[in-house]
Amino acid sequence: MRPAGRADTASLYFTYPQFEAPKGAARAGLARDVAVAIVGAGPVGMVAALTLAQQGIASVLIEAKDSFNDGSRAICIARQSYAILDCLGVVAPFLEKSLGWTTGRSFYRGQQILEFHMPDGPEEKFRPMYNLEQQFIEAYLWQAIEATPLIETRWRSRLEGIEIGDSGARLTVADPEGSYSFHADWVLAADGARSAVRSQLGLRLQGRNFEGRYVIADVQMDHDYPTIRRALFAPACRPGATVLIHRQPDNIWRIDYQLGDDEDPAEAVREEVVRDSVAAVLAEIGHTGPWELEWWSIYSANTLALDDYRKGPVIFIGDSAHIVPIFGVRGLNNGIADAHNIGWKLGHVLTGKAGAALIDSYTPERRGATLDVFANASKSARFMTPPTRGWQILRDAALGLALTHPFAGELANPRQMTPFTYAESPAVLPDDAGFAAGPAPGAAMIEARVGAGFLSDRLARGGFTLVCFDPTLARAVEALPGTPAVACLPWPSAAADRLGAGHGAAYLVRPDLHVGARWQAATAEAVRTALDNLCFREV
Amino acid sequence: MTPHEIEQVYEALAEGIDRAAPEAPELYLARACLLLARALPSAEAALAAIAAAGMTSTAD
Repeated sequence: MRPAGRADTASLYFTYPQFEAPKGAARAGLARDVAVAIVGAGPVGMVAALTLAQQGIASVLIEAKDSFNDGSRAICIARQSYAILDCLGVVAPFLEKSLGWTTGRSFYRGQQILEFHMPDGPEEKFRPMYNLEQQFIEAYLWQAIEATPLIETRWRSRLEGIEIGDSGARLTVADPEGSYSFHADWVLAADGARSAVRSQLGLRLQGRNFEGRYVIADVQMDHDYPTIRRALFAPACRPGATVLIHRQPDNIWRIDYQLGDDEDPAEAVREEVVRDSVAAVLAEIGHTGPWELEWWSIYSANTLALDDYRKGPVIFIGDSAHIVPIFGVRGLNNGIADAHNIGWKLGHVLTGKAGAALIDSYTPERRGATLDVFANASKSARFMTPPTRGWQILRDAALGLALTHPFAGELANPRQMTPFTYAESPAVLPDDAGFAAGPAPGAAMIEARVGAGFLSDRLARGGFTLVCFDPTLARAVEALPGTPAVACLPWPSAAADRLGAGHGAAYLVRPDLHVGARWQAATAEAVRTALDNLCFREV
Repeated sequence: MTPHEIEQVYEALAEGIDRAAPEAPELYLARACLLLARALPSAEAALAAIAAAGMTSTAD
């Protein structure tokens, strides 16, 4: 929502492009069969299309709207998402524009009770978190899509129907010039929380709705505070509530405040009410200068997910598969990881590098990640919005105690963000007991300094990489057909120490930067067998 | 005690209060305090914690 008199896309800092539906000669191919259709050209759909393109797979991207999403929406992009964007070769404009941060501060009744620092250091290529308005996220992904001939985007094209058949699905699409249908072998549903694909197929999200409702409002102002996330518990301006404040590029500040049980949501989003609420928060943080209201929205803290992220040839990615509370900043980040995960798997299957069973590992891996978010989000929600008398008493007691006892302040730590470990996945091999350090199979590969760059710079983009330390092993692996790229690192080295690796050790890293297998004494044959197993190849 | 263990205690108390309802939370919490005090090595430790809790009263 925007102030009266301003259109939905009349932003103070962003010019929305206007996209056209397919025209002229482009219409001739609309009804042709395609290998992959992606419904929804938001950030998740675009990451899926770029991941498939990196695998050499063409896709058709269908979007009902004629521009990017309205408003700043998902503003926190986590380190692992930047690693994915880097892997796709598109991270540069993100780094240029976004604001990296490591620190959060929590306040109770105006007093600081906690300052937390997310893990960071010179061995990390990316900061733990970056703030960037979602319009820019979409615009930068779109730049890359426009430069990729393998992706055909159809704007102003609404999915009207989908029918699952023996060898794929038939999609019916309506655009301003008419409607048509076409066959897709695979469909990725990236069409968001109100997914048309999901409702067309009669699938329902399962889970629970928390009671708490929050308004998010963006203001533009000159405000002198570093990029540190502030959480205000029981502030004077909203005594029973929690307020979050984030800095974004272009002097935009996100104010996120909880509504009381007695506040009517429809009334709370009226412009005058939003202005009064924001003014009270700004007074609380000592901002006395002018400010302009940019955009606002309302949300509730739900934890909902599909039981299975796949139905035949249709695979759900992002919010169509799961809705998580936004204060955990896992909505977009998990969506990006979903898109990257299915993208490489589908790409490997469609190019004959992997067996079809690889696709079956998508739901356990990514739904597992969602359930992990739910567990953390439920804790955060219970702290920010205590659901019962018991939780309320303990929360208030902890906050009061935190003024003088730092241990109690730790209970307010949101514990944002370590990438989920795919411990139970069929696309991960058992660990080698010989490791005392380093990421186990299923975990995200760690970052490390290697020479003048980083370990991640040495990983194959879109393919498997064997990270090893013994040049003889590296040569033996390179000599075998159908084996992964090899990154042979110095030994001894800081990287080897962080990986807990002896001279003969090796890590097999999947295209999504998660560890697939590791050995203290690797052999070329073991590596090849592992790769066959991880790719479900019939041998 | 690790932060994770503190969190377990926090959660157990919150759920304990709710389970004890409609009994007043202070009765449940007082019982918990007495049992926790009994588990401490000395009365001094219990009395110090009781005094510290009183010093961070959040009443307006």
